Amino acid sequence: MSEPLLSVTDVSAAFGDARVLDSVSLAVRRGEFVGLVGPNGAGKTTLLRTINGVRDPDEGTVSVDGDRRADCSAREWSRRVATVPQDTSVSFSFRVADVVEMGRAPHRRRTQFGTTETDRRRIEDALELTNTADMRDRPIDELSGGERQRVFVARALAQDTPLLALDEPTASLDVNHQVEILRLVQALVGEGRAALGAIHDLELAARFCDRLVLLSDGGIRAIGPPESVLRSEALDPAFETTTVATTNPVTGTPTVTAGAGDGTPADGTGVDAERVHVVGGGQVGARAIATLRDAGHEPSAGVLRDGDIALETARSLAIPVATTPAVGPADSDAIAAAHDLVADAAVVVLADADIGSRQWTLDLAEGAPATVLIEARPLAERLYAGERARERYERLRERSVTADLDALPSAIETAVVTATRLADD
Amino acid sequence: MRIRYRVAVWSGLLLAALVAAVLASATIGPVELRVPVVAKAALNAVGIPVGLGTSIGTASIAGASLPWPTVDVQYAYPFAFQIAPTSELIVRSIRLPRIVLGATVGFALGGAGTVMQGFFRNPMADPSIIGVSTGAAVGAVATIAVPMAVPFGLQTAAFLGAVVTASVVYLLATEGGRTPVATLLLAGVAVQTFLGAVVSFLLLQSGESLEEAVYWLMGNLYGAGWADVGATLPATVVLFLALVPFARDLNVLMLGEKDAQTLGIPVEWTKRLLLALSSLLTAAAVAVAGVIGFVGLIVPHVMRLIVGPDHRLLLPTSALAGALFLVVTDTIARANPQELPVGIVTAALGAPFFLFLLRRREVHEL
Repeated sequence: MSEPLLSVTDVSAAFGDARVLDSVSLAVRRGEFVGLVGPNGAGKTTLLRTINGVRDPDEGTVSVDGDRRADCSAREWSRRVATVPQDTSVSFSFRVADVVEMGRAPHRRRTQFGTTETDRRRIEDALELTNTADMRDRPIDELSGGERQRVFVARALAQDTPLLALDEPTASLDVNHQVEILRLVQALVGEGRAALGAIHDLELAARFCDRLVLLSDGGIRAIGPPESVLRSEALDPAFETTTVATTNPVTGTPTVTAGAGDGTPADGTGVDAERVHVVGGGQVGARAIATLRDAGHEPSAGVLRDGDIALETARSLAIPVATTPAVGPADSDAIAAAHDLVADAAVVVLADADIGSRQWTLDLAEGAPATVLIEARPLAERLYAGERARERYERLRERSVTADLDALPSAIETAVVTATRLADD
Repeated sequence: MRIRYRVAVWSGLLLAALVAAVLASATIGPVELRVPVVAKAALNAVGIPVGLGTSIGTASIAGASLPWPTVDVQYAYPFAFQIAPTSELIVRSIRLPRIVLGATVGFALGGAGTVMQGFFRNPMADPSIIGVSTGAAVGAVATIAVPMAVPFGLQTAAFLGAVVTASVVYLLATEGGRTPVATLLLAGVAVQTFLGAVVSFLLLQSGESLEEAVYWLMGNLYGAGWADVGATLPATVVLFLALVPFARDLNVLMLGEKDAQTLGIPVEWTKRLLLALSSLLTAAAVAVAGVIGFVGLIVPHVMRLIVGPDHRLLLPTSALAGALFLVVTDTIARANPQELPVGIVTAALGAPFFLFLLRRREVHEL
């Protein structure tokens, strides 16, 4: 593996008594786009500032290409690290070309008044690459946020540095412009360049970065490929909430949902943790699983098909689940496995589940002492069996608690109490 | 258009307008002169330094006369047009020094104002923002009101007052090697308020010299001679030329200090230097002309509206426009039968003109 371009070694920083970075070490190699993720106040911006030279670390060293920050002047350092700032609002009518030209500042001599041939070539290349050449004569303060951000990326490119530091480059942008900027950075990395960016949006970070660094409370909590960092085990303590990491069906990269239930972490207080089995997939199933987990219960799920969002949710939360292939009739082994899970559960939640001709979803629902029904769609839309199945469902409904997703935790309680009373009678 | 050509074209135009204004101004006065006469007299006054010599003169310091080496510059006068001696006297010894001093002071204030506004990124910043003018006023008024207490001439006292005040404000606003712009601004306002009280107190004590003191405070170029020009012009030129290489750094600083740091500008060092140079430039102007308000505030604003925010163009054009503006306003001031302090004219003309621009063009910069 090649020498890292950027080495951050044991960097600590404090504001007064508040320690913002605590012995942080990381390395970025050429050709990599590394994303810094973490909650507000985690130290992302401070870390970037120790790297781009705006702030000196209190302890530790930062070096690019073997040159330590402490041994370089501001000017020398600005030929190694270029920064795309978070706030690009400019209240002066500089032309776009003027702003990009400012990126050449680290390379000019004091006595130089205009631009050199090299300056002009770099500026042209930067305008070209960022697709801003046609707005070169427009005043910067008349551009949209996305256009302005592109101009600042162009300025960083004109600076001609091996490392790009991006401080929330997409924070104030529309989603289309966010993607545009990150795609641009992704394309620019390579050619011996590397980028390190604080990115708020975990899903975007996962989509465009080669590696992620999860920062919280001034320390690195996880580091590695997006799929390995964006996991509930790492995210939950960092963000102090419950998260569900699933695979985005469109991009195939991780997507994270925070606070799927009421947003408070599962600590088990105030509820009796119950084993609850969820039957039914899709969005309703996924939300039911997350909500139960948030409320402190121990959910299991199945039978769920491969590719089902509820299955992704179940896997991300590492709960027991019975699975079957994406197409074809449900695997009978899977149904058997689901029955085993139900046998162990106090409550079964029938989460808007379809009822097919084999009626295995009803079989599962009838296997537990208490049942909660979530009816997002009318029965007619999810009933694929005859009149007997409909009657069977109605009988189940009479002895079950029916609830909305939002009211699911209290419905579980009601169902358990009702079932206990029936058993006592 | 390349920046160099734009600078050359704009500076050329303003310089031509300035020369025209100087010549036109020199025709106006109790004795009306014609332009060719004035032009010839002005050319006759053009001296080219050809040699340097030193001699031992005396300087009066704290009431004691001490031997003091002085530099003598020998001039050659390439032009010798024949004109009436009285006309030559009027132009060369009375009108021209005052006009040239006016141009110099306007140039200094316009240039210093541009740097201060860029530096502070604040619309209300003018060259006196960190107390330079008020400090000069304390020095000058003290000299006028209690001459015994001040061992220097009025201009030296004003200059020292200006420089000391700027340094004090800077030190008050600096902590741990950093000088936040907002703190500097507030410290400047507080110190100005305090010194304003000192000036008011001195005015109360000034007795019969009250009128002179008030006249100085309003800013005027009355009775200017070549000695004033000799003190102010070289200082202004040197300080201005020292600022020019920082025009690009000022551009970068306008994007914010953190941004400037990432573009390789040693921010605190540059701020300190720009502050020192522009304070000295202001002090050099205020010491000879008194508190001429508004030039350093309005002229850079107007030029920014016209030529844009690039300091490579804005700095020279603002300085030249400041010179032009002050030459014109001082001409109006002295053409009045009862001569007015030029500070009154600059404010009375400058403010409405600026309001007119403000209403016509949407001013969102600064």
